Amino acid sequence: MPEGREGIYSVVLFHSVSGALRAEKLIKEAGIEYKLIPVPRHLSSDCGLCLRFRTEDEGRIREILRGKVEVQDICPL
Amino acid sequence: MRDGVIYLDNAATSWPKPPETFKAMEEFMLSVGANPGRSGHRLSIEAGRVILEAREALAALFGVDDPLRIVFTRNATEALNLVLYGLLRPGDHVITSSMEHNSVMRPLRDLQEKGVELTVVEASPRGELDPQDVEGAIKENTRLIVLTHASNVTGTLMPLTEIGQIARRKGVPLCVDSAQTAGAYPIDVEAMGIDLLAFTGHKSLFGPQGTGGLFIRKGLEEAIRPLLRGGTGSRSELEEQPDFLPDKYESGTPNTVGIAGLGAGVRFLLSEGMERIRAKEEALTQTLLEGLSDTPGVTLYGTCDPRRQIAVVSFNIDGLSPSEVAMALDEEFGVLTRPGLHCAPSAHRTIGTFPQGTVRLSAGYFTTEEEIGMALRAVQELAARARKGGSTHG
Ligand SMILES: Cc1ncc(COP(=O)(O)O)c(C=O)c1O
Repeated sequence: MPEGREGIYSVVLFHSVSGALRAEKLIKEAGIEYKLIPVPRHLSSDCGLCLRFRTEDEGRIREILRGKVEVQDICPL
Repeated sequence: MRDGVIYLDNAATSWPKPPETFKAMEEFMLSVGANPGRSGHRLSIEAGRVILEAREALAALFGVDDPLRIVFTRNATEALNLVLYGLLRPGDHVITSSMEHNSVMRPLRDLQEKGVELTVVEASPRGELDPQDVEGAIKENTRLIVLTHASNVTGTLMPLTEIGQIARRKGVPLCVDSAQTAGAYPIDVEAMGIDLLAFTGHKSLFGPQGTGGLFIRKGLEEAIRPLLRGGTGSRSELEEQPDFLPDKYESGTPNTVGIAGLGAGVRFLLSEGMERIRAKEEALTQTLLEGLSDTPGVTLYGTCDPRRQIAVVSFNIDGLSPSEVAMALDEEFGVLTRPGLHCAPSAHRTIGTFPQGTVRLSAGYFTTEEEIGMALRAVQELAARARKGGSTHG
């Protein structure tokens, strides 16, 4: 499973599903590659859903979400 | 004419709804159906998206930048109860107007018994509120100003922008009851200085009954306790209610099918354009007001100026009770209206029509000039008969 390779992907964790879906919309509009996935067991989150992205996009994603959607945490997979 | 009736009771609930509303509801029931924000599978996520899109449409309509600051409730009544019971505590002072609906007045009278101090600012006999009177009522312990945007009895628009400025200057939050205006008259929470906006889904927003909500300005949620606590699909490890929006105020499975319809209704009106909707309703109101003011034996209430009111017109016919008039309009002419006190006894006291009330005609975006013409002729006929014989019967 090459997808799971360390360092390539990170996830954004949210307080609520509403927050995750709102972020999804903004990130989709920006044309950034992402996937909504269940929160991996080794991470803990307020809501069951998180947004996985390529770690290289972290800066852009932080920029897009700043002041728009409250993020619980961003961490590497 | 639609199904043999002229529906002039849009202030109670709008009808007909645009087909977009029930198509979205059918689509949700047929193809999505799942519980939003609970399970994480594709249909659950899709249900969550349906709700988010409704929040986004409402945010666009009201000039709200963060859609998650809009929480859904069953109707405006629940949103208003949430604000009043959630925010006010014994010793706090709250200001309202004499033109309010019972969805504001009854919670406030109850809170008054529980130690909240209440000032009801008198509007003029034509339903107009003077911003200076509101400013004059503000005290050290004033915690909230709560006002309707437009009266559901006379249609009179309240000077919200001026009051919003006063509230800002004095540091008092302003809560607006937009049950009668959301979707019928432009609302911008920033420009109008609105901190809390209660809306109902089933009137001019073209959603189904059982939908409504509240915009909450950032920071105010810290002071507003939820009405209900329970499952939110978030922070499930905690036995305490989450403190973030919208989950803090959205416990339990929501009315997703209703919210699907509401979202579609709001997108419909956004695509028609607020200006166009307002222009049409203003023109219908003008025709109604002109026709009624020319009718001998008819008394009109409010400012009688279509630019200063929404499409709600109250009148009486000399010698007849409002319910006699409404019944004759329905049975003989198929014109559906609402007689009586319109859940707003204080507003009727203000305009001098308590306790008998008035007959209320309320047009909507789908009302035609032709229907207004037919309704006017019906009222004219009843007024002519009353002048001759004092009865509704011909
Ligand atoms: C001015 C006003 N406020 C509040 C409400 C309450 O709306 P709802 O019955 O949808 O809660 C209404 C409508 O009945 C109204 O006209």
